Amino acid sequence: MAGGGGCGRSREAIEGELRKLRAEREELDSRIRQLESQLEVGSTGVGGAVAAKGAVDSSCDGSVACRSRGGNGFAPDSGLPADMIYRYSRHLLLPDFGVEGQRKLSHSSILVVGAGGLGSPVALYLAACGVGCLGIVDGDDVELNNLHRQIIHKEAYVGQPKVKSAADACREYDIVVDATDNLPTRYMISDCCVLLNKPLVSGAALGLEGQLTVYHHNGSPCYRCLFPSPPPVAACQRCSDSGVLGVKLRGSLPDCTICGKNSVFTEQDFQKFDYESFTQSPMSDKTAPSVNLLPESARITSRDYKRLVDNGEPHLLLDVRPTHHFQIASISPSLNIPLSMLEEKLPMLETSLKETGAASASGKEPSLVVLCRRGNDSQIAVKLLLEKGFASAKDIIGGLQAWGQDVDPDFPVY
Amino acid sequence: MHLTLEFGGGLELLLENSTKVHKVEVPPQDGENMVTMKGLLSWVKANLIKERPEMFVKGDSVRPGVLALINDCDWELCGGLDAELEEKDVVVFISTLHGG
Ligand SMILES: [Zn+2]
Repeated sequence: MAGGGGCGRSREAIEGELRKLRAEREELDSRIRQLESQLEVGSTGVGGAVAAKGAVDSSCDGSVACRSRGGNGFAPDSGLPADMIYRYSRHLLLPDFGVEGQRKLSHSSILVVGAGGLGSPVALYLAACGVGCLGIVDGDDVELNNLHRQIIHKEAYVGQPKVKSAADACREYDIVVDATDNLPTRYMISDCCVLLNKPLVSGAALGLEGQLTVYHHNGSPCYRCLFPSPPPVAACQRCSDSGVLGVKLRGSLPDCTICGKNSVFTEQDFQKFDYESFTQSPMSDKTAPSVNLLPESARITSRDYKRLVDNGEPHLLLDVRPTHHFQIASISPSLNIPLSMLEEKLPMLETSLKETGAASASGKEPSLVVLCRRGNDSQIAVKLLLEKGFASAKDIIGGLQAWGQDVDPDFPVY
Repeated sequence: MHLTLEFGGGLELLLENSTKVHKVEVPPQDGENMVTMKGLLSWVKANLIKERPEMFVKGDSVRPGVLALINDCDWELCGGLDAELEEKDVVVFISTLHGG
């Protein structure tokens, strides 16, 4: 077909070209990121030396960020250079902080565990205020949708116990900041700080609420003194805005199993301790167990669903995510009834299903397909629907996440 | 006895309208003439908690992961369950967070 001009290129050819270009762009982006991180690791700016390390940094030798105390503008025995005086003048003017405070800060080393929503600003402020040596540990790749999943482990420790990499990282620093996002890691870091006798500054945030606590410092309690047994898995974790700054906490408990006088908890015990089973929750939500409630006959894949749509089979797509999730992105057309309201809105669902049936040309009974974000809630919903007589109800395995991965790469991930 | 009760860290969601601060009048327990933390907990469970009481109490005490403060002081320092409350005390209950 000569002379077809611009129209001659087939859709497949263009799509192939696009795929190739996207792959090249990804490759370039990753090289740029790598070079940028090398620049950052190599620099020791006036505002504090920051070295970021992670399990993904293949160029690192597995050592923790920095061992020497830079001094950060302060020579050990001389006065302050003028530019340092100017930079930190608001610190120096604080009677309780002053030159001595700044000097101590400049010779201190702090390890921030977790470089997510909490760890990132913590690290930035610590660097800006003149901490001598700042370490950041986080094992995850940075993804667009996360600045909030934190693990302490480095590549060199792959295949070794997580607690070992945690311990080796904390050993190098004076103070440890816990900015992680999960309970087992919090118990683990606390136990580790007790064993190594390091103060632990623990920050936690959820939604709009924040909590700040200093553990194991000048007779203050450890995490286990305050919470000897872990809260139940389903304990409510929602946003509000009260804080706990400035309250008086109990001292270290004499009979605390970790920091108490008669504690027999050793480094060996620590390395063997199963924090995930102790708290009954996972250290990373990537390993969060997915539920499996339904027989195979009540489940379809996202690709199956695509075929069903393409074949024009009559069906109603029920999205059981919370309304504010549905408003972010949804498959059109679909009906949103949040799982929490499903039972009371069954009559409405019944009506919608009838309308769908009436509108279809084939006269075939429409099926009910249930969808959620990751494919857990949809199973709970289908289980309920089957019990309530909606015999055609099926859930989409893996939810919208699978839809985005396997069917529609343009569907927004959140 | 007049008390101010505050609920945080998500505990407020167990209460009517998710109200965080409650100014309440708590009577002494039967056969006693003062209000203890133990008495207060059972009063809160009976009168304020609207859903999932197991998220607030376990047995006589608060569930693991909940911190109680009496006038900004850890209740363990004030006697725990036996702590005697006084007129106009402020009691705070906070569920510990672990997000980052
Ligand atoms: Zn302890």
